[in-house]
Amino acid sequence: MSDCPQGRSKCEMALRVNGERIVVRAYPMDRLLDVLRGELGLTGTKEGCGEGECGACSVLLDGTLVNSCLIPVLQAQDAEIRTIEGLRSDSRFQELQEAFLELGAAQCGICTPGMLLAAFHLLTKKPQPTIEEIREGLAGNLCRCTGYQQIVEAVAEAAWRGTAV
Amino acid sequence: MRAHPGDYELVAPGTLPAVLSLLAQEPGGWLPIAGGTDVMVQYAAGELPARKLVSIWNLPELRRIEVLPNEIQIGAGCTYTDLREHEVVSREFALLPIAASWTGGIANQNRGTIGGNIVNASPAGDSLPALMAYEAELILVSIRGERRVPYTSFHIDYRKTRLAPAELVRAVCLERRFSEYQGYARKVGPRRAQAISKVCLAALARLGDGVVEDIRIAMGSVAPVPLRLRETERIVRGQRIDPPLVQLARRTAAAETRPIDDIRSTARYRAAVGGNLVAEFLGRLSAGKIKG
Amino acid sequence: MKNGDIIGTPVSRKEGRSKITGQARYVDDMALPGMLYGATVRSGIPRGKINRITFGPGIDWHEFAIVTARDIPGKNCISLIEDDQPCLADGTVNHPEEPILLLAHRDRGLLSQAVRAVSVEYDPLPAIFTLEESERLSEIIWGSDNTFKTILIEKGDVDRVWEQADHIVEGEYRTGAQEQLYIETQGAIAAFDTDGRLTVWGSLQCPYYVHHALKKLCGMPADQVRVVQMETGGAFGGKEEYPSMIAAHAALLALKSGKPVKIIYDRMEDMAATTKRHPSRTRHRTAVAKDGKILGGEIEFTIDGGAYETLSPVVLSRGAIHAAGPYYWPSVRVRAKAVATNAPPHGAFRGFGAPQSLFGLERHMDRIAEVLGLSPIEIRRRNFLQPGQTMTTGQRVEEEIDLGKLLDKAVELSDYQAKKQKFTGENQGQDCRKGIGIAAFLHGAGFTGAGERHLGSVAGLEVTAEGTPRVLVSSTEFGQGTETVLCQIAAEALGLKYEDVGFAQPDTAVVPNSGPTVASRTVMVVGRLLEWAARDIRRKLTSCGLLGEGYSPEEFRTACRAYAAEHGPLRSLAQYQPPDDLVWDEENYRGAAYAAYAWAVYVAQVTVDLATYSVSVDDFVALQEVGRVVNPVLAKGQILGGVAQAIGFTLFEKVIWEKGRMQNSQMTNYIMPTSADLPPIRVYFEELANDYGAHGAKGIGELPMDGPAPAILNAVQDALGVPFDSIPLLPEDISEALSAGAAKRSLTSPAKVGP
Repeated sequence: MSDCPQGRSKCEMALRVNGERIVVRAYPMDRLLDVLRGELGLTGTKEGCGEGECGACSVLLDGTLVNSCLIPVLQAQDAEIRTIEGLRSDSRFQELQEAFLELGAAQCGICTPGMLLAAFHLLTKKPQPTIEEIREGLAGNLCRCTGYQQIVEAVAEAAWRGTAV
Repeated sequence: MRAHPGDYELVAPGTLPAVLSLLAQEPGGWLPIAGGTDVMVQYAAGELPARKLVSIWNLPELRRIEVLPNEIQIGAGCTYTDLREHEVVSREFALLPIAASWTGGIANQNRGTIGGNIVNASPAGDSLPALMAYEAELILVSIRGERRVPYTSFHIDYRKTRLAPAELVRAVCLERRFSEYQGYARKVGPRRAQAISKVCLAALARLGDGVVEDIRIAMGSVAPVPLRLRETERIVRGQRIDPPLVQLARRTAAAETRPIDDIRSTARYRAAVGGNLVAEFLGRLSAGKIKG
Repeated sequence: MKNGDIIGTPVSRKEGRSKITGQARYVDDMALPGMLYGATVRSGIPRGKINRITFGPGIDWHEFAIVTARDIPGKNCISLIEDDQPCLADGTVNHPEEPILLLAHRDRGLLSQAVRAVSVEYDPLPAIFTLEESERLSEIIWGSDNTFKTILIEKGDVDRVWEQADHIVEGEYRTGAQEQLYIETQGAIAAFDTDGRLTVWGSLQCPYYVHHALKKLCGMPADQVRVVQMETGGAFGGKEEYPSMIAAHAALLALKSGKPVKIIYDRMEDMAATTKRHPSRTRHRTAVAKDGKILGGEIEFTIDGGAYETLSPVVLSRGAIHAAGPYYWPSVRVRAKAVATNAPPHGAFRGFGAPQSLFGLERHMDRIAEVLGLSPIEIRRRNFLQPGQTMTTGQRVEEEIDLGKLLDKAVELSDYQAKKQKFTGENQGQDCRKGIGIAAFLHGAGFTGAGERHLGSVAGLEVTAEGTPRVLVSSTEFGQGTETVLCQIAAEALGLKYEDVGFAQPDTAVVPNSGPTVASRTVMVVGRLLEWAARDIRRKLTSCGLLGEGYSPEEFRTACRAYAAEHGPLRSLAQYQPPDDLVWDEENYRGAAYAAYAWAVYVAQVTVDLATYSVSVDDFVALQEVGRVVNPVLAKGQILGGVAQAIGFTLFEKVIWEKGRMQNSQMTNYIMPTSADLPPIRVYFEELANDYGAHGAKGIGELPMDGPAPAILNAVQDALGVPFDSIPLLPEDISEALSAGAAKRSLTSPAKVGP
């Protein structure tokens, strides 16, 4: 599985990022977050705490929400990685983005990409969440600006629009 | 500050036998890393002493839940999300998915594993009291084969376990015999989500004719290891629950804990709340407020 | 477009699309060719003399750029009010996070080991860590008396009221430090160009503060220093003064290495080393008549400023002026003091002293009510300021504010009376006790006293070659909506659509100094300047016959292009002119402390769980009068976010100190609320005209930080019958108080009653 038996040196690893197969040279213990931002220039994924607490670095790994700061890039080999850059063309994601914009769910914007990914993941699993479920689903994503209320409202609105269509 | 990624070796042999043979070559030389929700946090803080890591994330042998007639075997690599979404686990071992829902946020539940929670051996591990209450057994595996050990005696001291250096936890076994029991679980943390517990409780009891026939009370964050409150269980077992018994159990439980002061809480608080949670459990039990 | 269509409309955030797509550029998203990464070696001890610095083995030190105080070309200070804070310690250290030495390397990963390999030997000096230790003067660590600033506000003759009093009520109230916890940590990039000109890109609130500090540090003229604000991921005051420090460090490393240098703090360093809200103590002694009227009082307000002065004098000033709240005091004496301790300097945080002193006051009002047997509603109603009355500084209330009506409305919206009765009836014997509490308060908009007069801010508009107007201000966007709201104001004043107006990136080479983005001043003060500039642009265009009275956006663009062809770029700057009726006497703290005030009544409903001693806020009503609301969605967002931060301040966020050092500098251990921890927050606005601000707007950014803490603690007392006078209030505190039987004692003697 690993082409990198000598894990201490940089080696080439194949990733699938936003539908594209990409080969990167990195240390196996490089964080997926740093590879995405530094090597691939996908700076829409943010770092807030580096310890899996704030969710700013959320990405989708094989469709599940993960904190990319806690993932050694070696463990992301062969997985399908989606970042905010890769979700822009998804119409359900766009609906969510529009609801965020209209309802004031983004303030300083630093938690916004991670928050959108967490919300998207939630709506994929539960298209019609209750307010409680939204609050639980987003509890791993810290936001210091909004007090979350307008975010929760935006996710509820997007869910409603999603089924209304 | 984070250390240099080049100072660490990380390999992913890809299968359980390959991992076990690596561990056997140099017992204690390799730190297994599954979902990374503990190991990578230490790494981020520059406090990860191990320099050689072997990935066991997503090993197929560790990521399945087997439902057998008398027990279920939960692969150690199953995530909290796996536990929350499994039908038999949710139906027959409800304390476990409740505990899984306490851990981190959704992203951490998608990566954190039950095996990781066990071997990380933090007294605050969310799923550990539930495993205590169900009197789980662990299947430990090494290149020499497997052995089964009772979970209740797995933790020896603060962050010390009976796991041998070249061994992994392969699975957690739960006997399917709790349909008559009523369970209760509550975590008390500094906030409602994404929190390390100050006290957490998992408890089970079976009533017959209003008498407590069996009871198991387990608690986290109140001692160097997850704790079974044997003395409290003893005074309640065989009794009818009435207010004096509840008060006695509250005091006994509080006295049975061995908590400490740290940056997250105080020993006095933990002991008091530990007692209160036991009282709350018994109160609900006698009021018929718990669904089995 | 008609006037009045844009103001009051929830137009979308200007920079919103770039934020929801992840394209917005924050400083860590930027890289320059050849760039190095910088790191800071800090003291680790609270106070001492530096003996020796040694560079340990195993590191190739030649690969690193190394900067010490000796490498500073200009003055070794982070210039703000006083120049007392060194940029790098030179000889002595005064707190445990003091920067001593800087390192840079192209491989970011090598820095942590290198920082650890630098060892500093000290002769330790005795250090002090609390207000009381500082006041005792057993150790002098700053100036001659550990005191950064004292303020005395006197109105009437308070010494004569004690004998007339039916009751004298005393109380002491404390608030803890609070970390801003913006989700984007602090960071900056510095680079010198071939002509020796310095540019800094950073996450910051006040480009010209950084500009000022860099000039002095580098000994460079203004036009050789350029500061550019990148998208800023939250600030809340935390990026008011500290960015000058990190920019200075990056600049010194860039100077030494000849390469661009980026410094981004990780979360632990950011939490431990940067500023926090000042811890405080407020003491009240109040003379009250038996009808509940306040006759007079003494208020003593003391804050812990940490090791250097930074902004403590102005934080103290706002706290002291707000200490008397929205009430009429026939006589009062406020003594305020900011003292030094050996902790990292405390600094600006939303509310800026007011949340501290208002916490004390609004807890104290409930204490007075209890002593007199009046309801918390009634005690406030009987003492509210009325139009025409004077505040503690002698400022007359000119606004037609009716606080009684505001109170009635909050009581009605929260269903206060019915709930209070219900909870009293139902609490007995319950495992969960409910309570409801209220707080009334005010917040002055804009700089305190003569601050705006001294600043003399300049803001303006220019029209690009394509005929598009854009806003030129150094006022920064960091989530509040500065860009959006200022564009709304400019568009309205220009008679254009919101979409037609752009916003120049705050860059000191491009925009004038419209002052710092602080103090809830942006909309009211800078917005007003933009109105003047817009009026001037229209006048220029009409006076040369290029534009008539009514015009379409297209006609406006055509006129602008024609103007530019004939006269050159169309640009207008307006400078703040202090209104004649706003006079401030800084020496005696008399006069108009603020041009306008926002007023509010907040109601919190809580449940205290007696099994866990935890408090949850179940319902929250935030009713405020803030003048004209320019953008309802953004304004609501400010209130929601502020209340959430204040709930954190009250019930969750505790900085654990050990010898001046934060012990819980991780998001895992410093607890801010998640989405699962907050109640529905119900936000209501009343709008009363205000003569000073743009379109009658006042400030709102800080206001919501002031009221929640006392409202929540008042509710906790309502639920438990036990008073708590210190925040953060954690379950451990409640557990201790209840188990110690403190409940009983406090209830029988709630306060000193006399005379």
